[in-house]
Amino acid sequence: MNTQQATQAIEEVLGQVAPDADLSALAPDADLRDSLELDSLDFLSFIEGLSKRVGQRIDEDEYQKLATLASASAFIAGRG
Amino acid sequence: MADFLMPALGADMDEGTLLEWLVKPGDEVHKGEVIAVVDTDKAAIEVESFAPGTIERLIVNPGETIPVGTLLATIAEPMAGQVAGKKQRAAGKKAAAAGKPMTPRKARRERTAEPAEPAHLEAGSPLVRHLAEELGVDLERVHGTGHGGAITRADVTLAAATPAPQPGKPTPPRTAAAALARQRVTPIARRLAAELGVDLSGVTGSGPDGAVREADVRRAAEIPAVPRQAPRPAGAVSPAQARLLATRQVTARLMARSKREIPHYYLSDTIDLTRAMAWMHDRNRELAVTERIVPAALLLKAAAVAALRVPALNGFWLDDQFSPGGRVHLGVAISLRGGGLVTPAVHDAADLPPLELMNRLRDLVTRARAGRLRGSELTDATITVTNLGDQGVELVYGVIYPPQVALVGFGKVVERPVAVDGMVGVRPVVVATLAADHRATDGFTGARFLTTMSDLLQRPEEM
Repeated sequence: MNTQQATQAIEEVLGQVAPDADLSALAPDADLRDSLELDSLDFLSFIEGLSKRVGQRIDEDEYQKLATLASASAFIAGRG
Repeated sequence: MADFLMPALGADMDEGTLLEWLVKPGDEVHKGEVIAVVDTDKAAIEVESFAPGTIERLIVNPGETIPVGTLLATIAEPMAGQVAGKKQRAAGKKAAAAGKPMTPRKARRERTAEPAEPAHLEAGSPLVRHLAEELGVDLERVHGTGHGGAITRADVTLAAATPAPQPGKPTPPRTAAAALARQRVTPIARRLAAELGVDLSGVTGSGPDGAVREADVRRAAEIPAVPRQAPRPAGAVSPAQARLLATRQVTARLMARSKREIPHYYLSDTIDLTRAMAWMHDRNRELAVTERIVPAALLLKAAAVAALRVPALNGFWLDDQFSPGGRVHLGVAISLRGGGLVTPAVHDAADLPPLELMNRLRDLVTRARAGRLRGSELTDATITVTNLGDQGVELVYGVIYPPQVALVGFGKVVERPVAVDGMVGVRPVVVATLAADHRATDGFTGARFLTTMSDLLQRPEEM
C-alpha cells in the first residue's frame, strides 16, 4: 500500500467515525483527536476500523504514530 | 387494552413530535420493545412499549407534535390481568381520590389491566410525586388510573397537559413536518440548520441513505436563493428557532434548578493510576483491538462500584428525603457534535466487566449522536459521571442532575511528578472530583466514595 492509498483508507475510516467532520479541511499534520474532537472511544473506533480496513494489527504502543493524517499515512504505508 | 401515551422523557419535557412508527396495527410487541421514535427538545428518542400485546390502532401520525400524556396508540393485551398486582404497592395516600365522578375516557382507562405508563416507573412512586411537583400538578386533583387508583406518571402528565390546550400555538403544517420526519438528518445538521435558518425540506442530503449532513446545510446556507425569514413579531418564532431555544432552555432550567435547590459540596482526590494503566497496557498488548479497553472504562467501572458501596450517593432527593437508587444506572455525560449534552444511563453498570461497560458506552455514544436513544436510558440514571478529561481538562467540578444527589468528574489522565517513599517519580494520575448534595450526604460520605474509587483503581485486575 502506498502513501496515497493509505491516506485514502484513513480518511475513509475517519469518515465513519466522525461522519460530520470536514476531512478536506484537515491539515496533514494536525492532531486528529483535537481537530476532529475525537474522544478516547472514538479514537479506539478509528484504530479498530483502520486495522480492519488495511488488514494490519495495530498495537497500543503504536497509537502515537497515528496522531496525524501525515504520520498515520506514513506508518500504514511503511508497513506494506 | 392499554393506552400508549406520549411519555415524559425528561423532567422538563412538555411535548414531543412523533417521528416514526416502528410497528403497524396487528404487530405483536413485547414489553420493552422499541415501537416508536419521538423527537424531543434534545434528541430523537426510541420509545419502548410498557406492555406486551398486539398493536391495535395508531392514533397519532408521524410529524404531529403533541403534549405529553396524549394517546399515541392502543395496544390489545394478550391476557387481561396477566400483569395485575405488580403495581399495586405504593399507591400513596393522595391516590385515594378515587370515587370522583369519572369521565368516560377515564372510566375506560380504569378498566385497563396495565396502567398506561412505562413499566420502569412505578405507580405512586416518589418519581410520580416528583414529576407532579415538577409540572406544578396538585396530586389531590389527579385521578389515578393505576391499580387500586394509584396515580401514574401518565396521569400526572395528562393532568398537566389538560388545563392548557395551548390556544393558537403555532404548529408546523402537517405535510412539511411529515416530510421532515422521513428525511434523515444528522443531529448536528439539524442544529446548524436551525442556527442558519435553513429550511431542511429544501436540502438534498449527500450522506448514506440521502442523510442530510452538516456540509449539506452549510452549502444550502451559502446559496443566496434561500429566502431569509423576515423578522417575526415578538413571541412568534419559527419551529427551528424554537427548537434550538428549547434545547438550551431544557439544560438551562435543569441546571438553574440544580444550583438553586441543591447545596453542592465539592471534594477532589488525585488518584495514582500507575497500576491501573500498567494492567491495562499489559492486557491490551495481548488482545485484538476489539477487546482492548481505554482508561475511561476503568474509571467508569470504579465510579459504578463505588456508588454501589456508598449507596447514600446513588439515588434521588425527593420530597425532602433521600430515595435510594438501588441498582447503579450510571449516567454518562455525552456531548453531541456541534453542541448539546445528553446523559443517558448504562444500566447496572457496577455488574459489568470494564470491556462490556465500555462497549455499552460506545453504543450509547453512537446512538446519542445518531439521535437514537431509548426512553429508559434517558430517565433511569441514579448517578452521573462526566469525563471531560477526554477533552483535555485536568479537573472538572460538575453540577448535579436533579433529582440525583451526586456527580462524579474525571479529568485527563496525565503524567505528574509524584513523591512515593521519599522519592519523586513520574506517574500517571487523574483528578477525580465529587459534587454531592449536602442535603443527602455529608463530606465524610463523599470522602469515602472517592477513597473507595481510588482503592478500586489500585486493584484493576479485580474489577
